[in-house]
Amino acid sequence: MNKLEPGRLLAQPWFYATAGAILVWLVILTYSGGAGGGAVISAALNYSIFFAVVGLGQMIVMASGAGNIDLSVPANITLAAYLSTGQMEGANAGLVTGVAAGLGSGLAIGAANAFLIIVFRIPPMVATLASGLVLESLTFVYSRISVAKPAPLLAEFTTGQFFGLPYVTLAALLASIGLIYVLRRSIFGRSLFACGQNTTAAWLSGVEVVRTRVAAYVLCGMVTALAGVLFAGFVGGPSLNMGSEFLLSSIAVVVIGGTNVAGGQASVVGTWSASLFLFLLLSMLNVFQVGPGLRNVITGVLIIAVLALNRTNRMQQV
Amino acid sequence: MARIGDILNGLGAKRFGLSFIALVLILGLVFWLRPNVASYNGLRLLLNLSPVLVFTALAQMFIMTAGDIDLGIGTFVGLVDCIVAGLLNDQPALALLMLIACPLAYGLMGALIHWRQLPSIVVTLGASFVWLGLALMVLPLPGGTVPATMTGLVRLHPPFVPMPIVLAVIPMVIVHLILNKMSYGVVLRGLGGSLAAVERAGRSTLKARMILYVMAGVCGLCAGLCLAATTTTGDANVGRGLTLVSIGAVIIGGGEFVGGIVSPIGTVFGALIMQLSGSLLSFASVPPAWQYSIQGAILLVILALRVITGRRRVA
Repeated sequence: MNKLEPGRLLAQPWFYATAGAILVWLVILTYSGGAGGGAVISAALNYSIFFAVVGLGQMIVMASGAGNIDLSVPANITLAAYLSTGQMEGANAGLVTGVAAGLGSGLAIGAANAFLIIVFRIPPMVATLASGLVLESLTFVYSRISVAKPAPLLAEFTTGQFFGLPYVTLAALLASIGLIYVLRRSIFGRSLFACGQNTTAAWLSGVEVVRTRVAAYVLCGMVTALAGVLFAGFVGGPSLNMGSEFLLSSIAVVVIGGTNVAGGQASVVGTWSASLFLFLLLSMLNVFQVGPGLRNVITGVLIIAVLALNRTNRMQQV
Repeated sequence: MARIGDILNGLGAKRFGLSFIALVLILGLVFWLRPNVASYNGLRLLLNLSPVLVFTALAQMFIMTAGDIDLGIGTFVGLVDCIVAGLLNDQPALALLMLIACPLAYGLMGALIHWRQLPSIVVTLGASFVWLGLALMVLPLPGGTVPATMTGLVRLHPPFVPMPIVLAVIPMVIVHLILNKMSYGVVLRGLGGSLAAVERAGRSTLKARMILYVMAGVCGLCAGLCLAATTTTGDANVGRGLTLVSIGAVIIGGGEFVGGIVSPIGTVFGALIMQLSGSLLSFASVPPAWQYSIQGAILLVILALRVITGRRRVA
């Protein structure tokens, strides 16, 4: 890594999200008179990991090029949550098959999305919107014929803590470090960014464009499904609308985190920071007892403000 | 025959043709399953809520003309709905002021996107939180009252043609004239087609984008007014589902994400298709659980057909 000078720091894609998160944390800390700062962080890490993980999946898809986006995320989360906990039925014996079922559905969803987008050349936004609708039906039918209850071990893993750091957060942080390495050094990561910057140029220079794009959607599908399984454990069981709040937030954390929606670049650190930022922001507004109306207005204005400040998000001038 | 062909070409029939065929098919199926619907009152009731979707889809279409996407239009429609139901009766002056400010706020959003070169998808996403928050501040709980003059307006019985169809055709014609017949329409569509070309022609791209956004805001305003008048209540969350459906309507109607390529006529057809497919499925006694699925499948089939018929050569 290069040395970070002040000017370079400002130019880092993840800078504004991280600065925002720290700022909001300091405000909460000041308000509470310095008490409970660690507890706030711990709660933020435990809760925002789900948004961060889903955001990382979305980030990989968005990095694969302009217009690439996965709107089937909420339906994917809900279906994976039902399928996995439906296998577990509240017992540890079903843990492995349950997690496998969830991941399997995520893999299938990602592959189906990629198929629609690449073979039928349907714009990603509409293809994933439509596949999400189909998944919603499947989930609804399955939810009525299954006993969906997470295994105790899964619940323990998602809520338990190790020196104040939740297990699930530790695991996700380790996986994220792995992801940073994959994006920076591996052939997949390089191909992904090459496709995102210019698909034609990438293809001409011998990048396996189709394979890379399929991998991006499959990876996003699996990561999202995993988040769904974990979230079901965290909240004690799936519900039909558990995924809905992830649709907008998965896009918001990626872009606030400094990933360019035009593709070709991504920031894992930024996505994490943005998840923390959004969660801490909501905590802060709760602490100040701001009503739901004003809370939404402030959230919206801050999302736009962070975006307007951040340079990496500029669309290329044609 | 040749002249009819010319007229169809002039309207851009190649672009919206597929959506027209799909609309006729769906309407035919509805009539076949429920012959009673094929009457003045039947259509009036069947298409009760379609003006909301028609206006929302046209709003989305204006944004997509600029090559942008609006993820906040649904909550914006909900905001208008709440202003009408929560304020118009008690504080008419304030309510009118807010209603006028709504499209202008859209114009400012367009200006911000243009000035800072921001991705519209996220700015409108952020704005959706703002609209929702404002709606909750105006009307914290669903309810309120809608002035009787407004509800009377959507319940008008014009001769021969039911009101929802009037409310589909009039905006369709107006928007078609603006985008495809007025000379400034070329600039507006050019913004999505080639920003550089518009700039080199000496036109202000900022102005063009702001106009597109204000027009989207006006359409969103009309959608909200229709929604309030039809449902006679306000609800901040009512519009959320409209956003994605409106994108679907524009795309089914022959629009494309690249910008500059949209069809007002097709968009209205697309909105009606989205509206009718739900009714069709319940008429065909499809269990509610599978209705989403089939709606998604209809979307996919229409788009896959577009590839097969070979119109989409852009990768």
